[in-house]
Amino acid sequence: MTKEERLKKRHSAEKRFRFYGLASIFLALLFVLILVHNIFSKGSSAFMKTAINVEVFFDQELLEIKNGASDDEILEADFFDITIESLIKVYPAKNVEEEDALIELFTTDAEIEIKRAFLENNNLIGKKINLEITASDDIDQLHKGNYPRDIPEDRRRISDFQLVIYDNLVENQKIIKNFNNYFFKNGDSRDPELAGIGGALIGSFYSIIICLLLAFPVAVLASIYLEEFAPKNKITDFIEININNLAAVPSIVYGLLALQILLATIQLPRSTPLVAGITLALMTLPRIIIPCRASLKAVPPSIREGALAVGASKFQSVFHHVVPLALPGTLSGTIIGLAQALGETAPLILIGMVAFVVDIPSTPIDPSSSLPVQVYLWSESAERGFVEKTSATIMMLLSFLIVMNFLAVYLRQKFEKRWN
Amino acid sequence: MNFVLIFLITIFSLSLFFYGRSKTKTISIEKNIKLNALPKFYGYYLVLWCSIPSLVFLLIWTLFEPVIIKSIIIETAANQGAIFNDKNEANLIYEKIKAIYAGTYFGDIDTILKESALSYAKFIILFTNSKIVLIFGIVIASVIYSLKKIKNNNKARDDVEVILKGLLFASSLIAILTTLGIIFSLLFESIKFFSVINIFDYLFGTNWSPQRAFVRDASAITAEEYEELKDAFGFIPLIAGTSFIAFIAMLVAVPVGLFSGIYMAEYASLKVRRISKPIIEILAGIPTVVYGFFAALTVGPFFRQIGENLGLTVSSESALAAGLIMGIMIIPYVSSLSDDVINSVPQSLRDGSYAVGATKSETIKKVVIPAALPGIIGSVLLAVSRAIGETMIVVMAAGLAANLTINPLESTTTITTQIVMILVGDQEFDSPKTQSAFALGLTLFIATLVLNYIAQRAVKKYREKYD
Repeated sequence: MTKEERLKKRHSAEKRFRFYGLASIFLALLFVLILVHNIFSKGSSAFMKTAINVEVFFDQELLEIKNGASDDEILEADFFDITIESLIKVYPAKNVEEEDALIELFTTDAEIEIKRAFLENNNLIGKKINLEITASDDIDQLHKGNYPRDIPEDRRRISDFQLVIYDNLVENQKIIKNFNNYFFKNGDSRDPELAGIGGALIGSFYSIIICLLLAFPVAVLASIYLEEFAPKNKITDFIEININNLAAVPSIVYGLLALQILLATIQLPRSTPLVAGITLALMTLPRIIIPCRASLKAVPPSIREGALAVGASKFQSVFHHVVPLALPGTLSGTIIGLAQALGETAPLILIGMVAFVVDIPSTPIDPSSSLPVQVYLWSESAERGFVEKTSATIMMLLSFLIVMNFLAVYLRQKFEKRWN
Repeated sequence: MNFVLIFLITIFSLSLFFYGRSKTKTISIEKNIKLNALPKFYGYYLVLWCSIPSLVFLLIWTLFEPVIIKSIIIETAANQGAIFNDKNEANLIYEKIKAIYAGTYFGDIDTILKESALSYAKFIILFTNSKIVLIFGIVIASVIYSLKKIKNNNKARDDVEVILKGLLFASSLIAILTTLGIIFSLLFESIKFFSVINIFDYLFGTNWSPQRAFVRDASAITAEEYEELKDAFGFIPLIAGTSFIAFIAMLVAVPVGLFSGIYMAEYASLKVRRISKPIIEILAGIPTVVYGFFAALTVGPFFRQIGENLGLTVSSESALAAGLIMGIMIIPYVSSLSDDVINSVPQSLRDGSYAVGATKSETIKKVVIPAALPGIIGSVLLAVSRAIGETMIVVMAAGLAANLTINPLESTTTITTQIVMILVGDQEFDSPKTQSAFALGLTLFIATLVLNYIAQRAVKKYREKYD
């Protein structure tokens, strides 16, 4: 091999190596893109729901309520017959089977929707109005194009007859897409068209607030102690080793801790945001302490010495001068820790947040779900409608995380002083 | 009740602040003496003395009250003739008694339950009353003590700072308490588990199927029953599955992470670095349940489809899908740690290499990486410990049955998956099945602890070498 050939070979090796590096960065970026694209393309349709325009006739004989009945009487009244009568008029049905097929096009909550419309409008008795009744999950998915219609009938959840009605409804422009208010308002449900993340949102909110209230003060006080006051001795070393180890303990172990101590020993109520908040606080604490200490450490000693020189006590120098300067870094570390806690799932599953909760929690000691746990729960469901619901929940979760992370970066860049 | 007490304590402490501040001012004027601290510090001193002891007492009391009442009530119910065979039934009876007390119980109430509910009500009132009395006692005692102190013109600023320092120290002790709590809760159930299952049978058993484990009476297990039980709790398939999936993950994460770390540290311009580093770190910020969803609903079926086209049987919960996605999750941990490590290799080493005519890649391969090797190994070990502790991806995308296999297309299970599967839903108390989850947790805790310890030692040693 001549000198030139060898040099050429070495240079091409150089190029190859460089290419590998660039390729791996692109690979990582590609993964981010695929993941985000996959979630968004599946989930964005969940923010709309399909509704069918139905003419409802409030027949007094069927309703059996008087003119000017009070709200309570209306709530008590039976709207079932009216609902059935209105729904089966959407398309001419020949027999009972076909009528059943018609009713199956609508959500199981059609009666409640009609009752609600009746309550909102005054004096509808004996009148006809057009209502947009939410369609069933199958029709919803069909209309959004997520449901294949070219497979044989016995493998479909929608019968040929229902397809005919659907096409007819589309032709007559009776099928509408509305904003899916149920998705934000409702709690969990077995019916995908009614299921929402309202309960999970509130549950996550309570958990994170409790986590913040517990973890932030303790983390700040602990890092002030360790950075500013702790003597160099074995106890301090031991505390530091503990914090570093705790930050690396798998999150599921915190779930076991909560199960044994919080639920079995202290007997706090299961499945509640209170327990979730405490568990997440224990888990987040070391993850907040580490950045807090770093930002305290970044404050130059001259600040402390200046304060001490004019007669401040050690405490005054720390709390009046060092802590305010370290606050932006502390806050941004806390927000990032909370963002991690918001996405944490495993410990919450162990403390029973996987329970099926329909009601929206009103206090932190009501059983509840949380956003990531809702993702897990729905991803286990077989119904097709839950796939888009899960993806949409992930979209909500990711947007919260993005907002929190941007806030953290903003706080640091805007308020943190650079010491040079 | 507690909120009222906390509110009262807060109000009283705050009013004490103003009292202390003005009181010391008058003292200094009346007696014409110089105070040893600013008047507000006397106020703070009173506030701290009034609030901290009583609040700490309230916290401890609230934590232990339900536990103590429960044990008393169960005992009295037993004395009155209630029959329960195990902890489960005792809990059930206790819940009934509580429901009767709250007026939300609609079943039949026999005399035993009624009597117990009455004594429960009695104890609740007794405990609440004594709590209030004791808290008032504590507040009064500490206020009297602190008032006496400030009348003697103590050095209030120094005293306040001593108390606050104690508070700071107490906050940092929470880390130790958490560790103790973890160790205690894991050991407590694990010891019970290992008293039934021999630890060697657990560690070296090759069959894991806890759903088969059914024990009539944990205190008297016959030799036959034990043979069957032993067969249900073998750890080998779990550690094999866990390491197998972690291994696949590392096959993805180490090359991609390492090469991107090298590129960012050695080649990338500041601009490229500033954009690509945060984007790669997005991968670390995505919740793992999202990866799990992606693996289970997209990647798993996708692999199975490819397998079908190639004529292979691929499980839709294959180890390959779970491992691949886990690897993607871990890329940023490897890349940012190795980036840091490579950045801290001194420039003089590189300059020496360039001086003898080496190209950039030769310098990296022959000089920088060998120099940074301990740090890189440390970062890989940290990534491994994250992989074996990772839960949601494997719960959603890996299998549930414990197969001993090295075929990446089949499904395997992991330690974390089994913990979740055992503990989700209704648990039987005191059954080896439930306890086994804690034994698994203990094993996991020890494994990650050892890995982290070695990794941190390696990184630290490496740092010391070049600092």
